[in-house]
Amino acid sequence: MRGYLADCDIQSPPSLAEALALMAREPGVWTPMAGGTDLMVVYNAGRQRATRFLDLSRLAELQGIQEAPTSLSFGALTTYTDLRDCRAVHQHFPNLVKSARVTGALAIQNRGTLGGNIANASPAADTPPSLLAYGAELELISSRGLRRVAYDRFHQGYKRMDLAADELVARIIVPKPTGRGFHYFRKVGTRQAQAIAKVCLAAYARLEDGVVAELRIGLGSVAPTPVRARHAEALLLGKPLAALPVEAAREALLSDISPIDDIRATAHYRNVVTGNLLGQMLRELANR
Amino acid sequence: MAEPITLKMTVNGTDCVVTVHPFARLLDVLREDLRLTGTKEGCGEGECGACTVLMNGRVVNSCLVPVVQAQGAVVVTVEGLAQGERLSSVQDAFLTYNGAQCGFCTPGMLISATDLLNRCPNPTDGEIRDGLAGNLCRCTGYVKIVDAVRAVAADGGAAR
Repeated sequence: MRGYLADCDIQSPPSLAEALALMAREPGVWTPMAGGTDLMVVYNAGRQRATRFLDLSRLAELQGIQEAPTSLSFGALTTYTDLRDCRAVHQHFPNLVKSARVTGALAIQNRGTLGGNIANASPAADTPPSLLAYGAELELISSRGLRRVAYDRFHQGYKRMDLAADELVARIIVPKPTGRGFHYFRKVGTRQAQAIAKVCLAAYARLEDGVVAELRIGLGSVAPTPVRARHAEALLLGKPLAALPVEAAREALLSDISPIDDIRATAHYRNVVTGNLLGQMLRELANR
Repeated sequence: MAEPITLKMTVNGTDCVVTVHPFARLLDVLREDLRLTGTKEGCGEGECGACTVLMNGRVVNSCLVPVVQAQGAVVVTVEGLAQGERLSSVQDAFLTYNGAQCGFCTPGMLISATDLLNRCPNPTDGEIRDGLAGNLCRCTGYVKIVDAVRAVAADGGAAR
């Protein structure tokens, strides 16, 4: 059954500096917790190996959405509800709004955070495909300082990240698309709400004179990590909308993904449906 | 091993002070320390919504909240919806429209429906279903629950 309460500890440091100092003193000992919507599920199921938690939920330094002329910067504690409620997110990053809407349901969206969705590193998370499609960067912080990494290099393997034991995801910086943009997001799950993705595809394309001038495709639930569809992207880049190589792109997509059979879907299903989503996305793109 | 904390919350309008383990779940503190057993535990995974309460004006799954994160919070449980013997308009409508059968999901449904109507006084059926999407019911088929919420909206909202 549930985890054993008496074994557990949770510290609520009053400032980010103190949180980082504790992580520096005892690296790997304290598991950062924001909304708890993943960690507490595992705890309730009795499968949580971590017993010491670092409560980040009140750290003002990790909160807030800041708008700059060319980007939006999301504090790691930005909730799915914050994403749904922010005008600038609707305006610039409609895929992120859609990702937030299909993550759990309201009670999860009120508590779960963007930083947690990233650092929990589930390949089935719903915001990572959109963050990949928009070319997001992460700001990582430790008592040693700040560093920035491109989000598409952050996930290194199943639940392995470019994140040191004393580091936290502090902010997520997403450049605002410019020019004539095309946004596509679709998650395939068992039902509309409270479902975990079988396949998720997010794409952003910039169009110039009827040609695909920029394209990023992010995928969820089809590899050990959220992944970019780099082969498919390369094939489509520079192509005119009137003659998109759909079949070749679907073929190339298969080398971008490595799905498995699990309780939600088979690898075969995921291969076929990922291709179908790419096909649907390209049909919509061609009709722009 | 954690030191117990002195937890202060306002629950259903009453200030409460309890000494608890900081990692205890809000659900357990409500049910066992405060004896507010209206809030139910269904799945313990944040999937079913039976444990839904309002925390600082937002619905949360109380089975997923370590109580240290509720320090100082304003919490409303199903026991806080009625005023004395007078049911809230949402509770009334659930009675009228048979929105409860076995009743296990009902406390969470009532909280989510109240929250929805506070945020969105005239919801479409789609908005009602979105607002209640985190609350699973295995008896009613949802139709009577949606009917009840729609009736409250038509009758002037949840505030009554």
